Amino acid sequence: MNPDLMIETRGLSKTFVLHQQHGARLAVLDGVDLAVARGECVALVGPSGTGKSTLLRCLYGNYLASGGEVRVRGDAGWTVLGEAAAREVLLLRRDTIGYVSQFLHVIPRVPALDIVAAPLRDRGVADGEARERAAVLLRALSLPERLWRLPPATFSGGEQQRVNIARGLIAEHPILLLDEPTASLDAANAERVAQLIDAARQRGAAIVGIFHDVAIRDRVASRCFSLTRATETAP
Amino acid sequence: MQANDRLLTPLLRVSGLTRHYGARIGCADVGFELWPGEVLAVVGESGSGKSTLLKLLSTRLAADAGRIEYALLGRGLTELSRLSEAERRWLLRTDWGFVEQNPRDGLRMNVSAGANVGERLMATGARHYGEIRAAAQDWMARVELDPARIDEAPSRFSGGMQQRLQIARNLVTKPRLVLMDEPTAGLDVSVQARLLDLLRELVTSFGLAAVIVTHDLAVARLLAHRLLVMQGGRVVETGLTDQVLDDPQHPYTQLLVSSVLHL
Amino acid sequence: MSATGYNFAYLDPQTKRMIRRALLKAVAIPGYQVPFGSREMPLPYGWGTGGIQVTASVLGRDDVLKVIDQGSDDTVNAVNIRRFFARTADVATTDRTAEATVIQTRHRIPEAPLAEGQIMVYQVPEPEPMRRLEPREAVTRTLHALADYGFMHVKLYEDIARYGHIATTYDYPVMVNGRYLMSPSPIPKFDNPKLHRSPALQLFGAGREKRVYAVPPYTRVESLDFEDHPFSVQRWDEPCALCGADDSFLDEVVLDDAGGRMFVCSDSEYCASRQHAGHTGPAHRAQRGSLAAARAGEVGIEQGKPVPASNDTASARLGRGPASS
Repeated sequence: MNPDLMIETRGLSKTFVLHQQHGARLAVLDGVDLAVARGECVALVGPSGTGKSTLLRCLYGNYLASGGEVRVRGDAGWTVLGEAAAREVLLLRRDTIGYVSQFLHVIPRVPALDIVAAPLRDRGVADGEARERAAVLLRALSLPERLWRLPPATFSGGEQQRVNIARGLIAEHPILLLDEPTASLDAANAERVAQLIDAARQRGAAIVGIFHDVAIRDRVASRCFSLTRATETAP
Repeated sequence: MQANDRLLTPLLRVSGLTRHYGARIGCADVGFELWPGEVLAVVGESGSGKSTLLKLLSTRLAADAGRIEYALLGRGLTELSRLSEAERRWLLRTDWGFVEQNPRDGLRMNVSAGANVGERLMATGARHYGEIRAAAQDWMARVELDPARIDEAPSRFSGGMQQRLQIARNLVTKPRLVLMDEPTAGLDVSVQARLLDLLRELVTSFGLAAVIVTHDLAVARLLAHRLLVMQGGRVVETGLTDQVLDDPQHPYTQLLVSSVLHL
Repeated sequence: MSATGYNFAYLDPQTKRMIRRALLKAVAIPGYQVPFGSREMPLPYGWGTGGIQVTASVLGRDDVLKVIDQGSDDTVNAVNIRRFFARTADVATTDRTAEATVIQTRHRIPEAPLAEGQIMVYQVPEPEPMRRLEPREAVTRTLHALADYGFMHVKLYEDIARYGHIATTYDYPVMVNGRYLMSPSPIPKFDNPKLHRSPALQLFGAGREKRVYAVPPYTRVESLDFEDHPFSVQRWDEPCALCGADDSFLDEVVLDDAGGRMFVCSDSEYCASRQHAGHTGPAHRAQRGSLAAARAGEVGIEQGKPVPASNDTASARLGRGPASS
């Protein structure tokens, strides 16, 4: 086994059973085997509806696997997400797996700087130091400093996205999951994000991402992983 | 969750908790563990048994069957039913907190805000007026109440302020476990957001463990690490908050999630 | 002038036994409220029915009884109760604190120090010190059982927050022997320190509420307070106008319609005996002593009965345990 392997799926399948739709079954992933090692940036590719986001959410434990398993390498060895206790998954998320979603879940009243600093504070880093590192990151993403003290609810899509990225990258997780991190950004800002992704790879992060923008994808990905449409089955 | 995540025992362990009201099930075979610093939300509609569960946990209601164990300081996991009445009361006013849905039920409305916050300190032996008062003012500030209003009666405070006062009154002894019954239910939406944010902040900074009963999935999403979904007195689904809300498995959970306008 | 046709000290022997049993339990658990079967007495509730039943139960033929009401031996209530026992028990009565073996009181503790062998009997309108904060009897009993008294300090806290000091001036709650919270009956807080380690046996009777409780001799009795707002008693700027005492509880007496007034000892016997001993106050010296003259003549043993030497007294009898009378 590759000693640098950080996250993998074995025969992962995901079928949604919609009880509100008379038990309709929606098969999205079927027998996916993905393995990502330290220093890799794997781009998930495939037409829309092939389950790129679903796969990413399964890797984060946000979706439960219907079949097969998702294995994550944490501080204390390998963990199978579906079998682990909720609190173990939470610890993995704190220490091992970072996730940048497409949209920021806005928390009312919390200033942007504190939203970015939160993952560090959760690990017990002192407030002051966490905010300093958040400031460094927000500056690198050229978010205007006058916005740092404001809650991001009123920010533009691009500004919110940069807050979201900073929050996802600040804790330097060994595994990073990126869902369209540059979707709402202009070219200059997308390039800044690409540089941060490069830096994460340089320090040895295993990265899995969905990049709609082909130029960005080619710029950051070390390889692509293709998904094809799973067959839909009747209930 | 903060630094104390490598502990070997949970703070609270509940197993087989059951309570009937005559032939009707209040709560049947409920079990879960709560670890230090974890926030667990119990969600479900009225009659799902979530309030019964909270009453059982707070020992306000006796269970027909099942165990509630709590990691007492210096004693480890101890079954609550084995505690004497005096020990149980001591626990409830030092290491536990209980936030009522209606702040009027959790506050002494006929004494000042300061006396409300200071009461637990006095009940646990504090006998220095100046220090009690200083602690009360400190806690009022922490819950974003003007410390200058320390001598006002709670009835002169708005609903949201009363709820924050009730929280301060509970947290003043630095409990490790807080039980909350629909803490934001009676409040205006704008006030709710402020309270939720405050609760989140307090939970993180004090490493509080909490069980929050709520019918509001947005509240659960914002505050809780884990969810317990109840229907008809039974737990039908449990898991990480975002996983249960984003990928609900049980038909009832799917119904609950799909009934929310936007989340 | 004893009345015939009544049991000794009015109550029947069975009732006295029952009350004595309750009193013994009360003595054994200082400060704990013991329920008892309160009887109808020939005076209304609120006039001292609890105190009278306790006195009747402990009184022996050789006791010397003193009865005071608000510190005075000569108010209607005091006179009636004293005469009641003089008639039904034929016991000697006195005004002198030092000579009395049983002292029934409403609202005061005498200024003269009490001694071993003496019994104080307090009339108690409301035995439950937490009643004003907690109306439910079941709850207050539980709180007593668990010594869960924290919220009493909430009341004191409120006083300080509102008035800058603890505003409770009478019926000021005390902790007895470090265990039970107790109402000292509506005595002024001035008298609270006299409860502490008193050599006398102190019995409390609440007739309407059907409770007795006790503080045995030399028991710790502490008034609730805060470290930085310690318990303190009332002080006056001037001494007693009649006897010049500066260590007694003073009543304000209005003299005329022009705002004239003076402060005199509430304990009339204490004041009179000081005057007998030659002490004088400002009013005496100013020759305005009509009240002083009236008071000075009151002191002395009623009926001219000599003080007996036998030991059939209340304290001796309680010491022996329940005995038929």
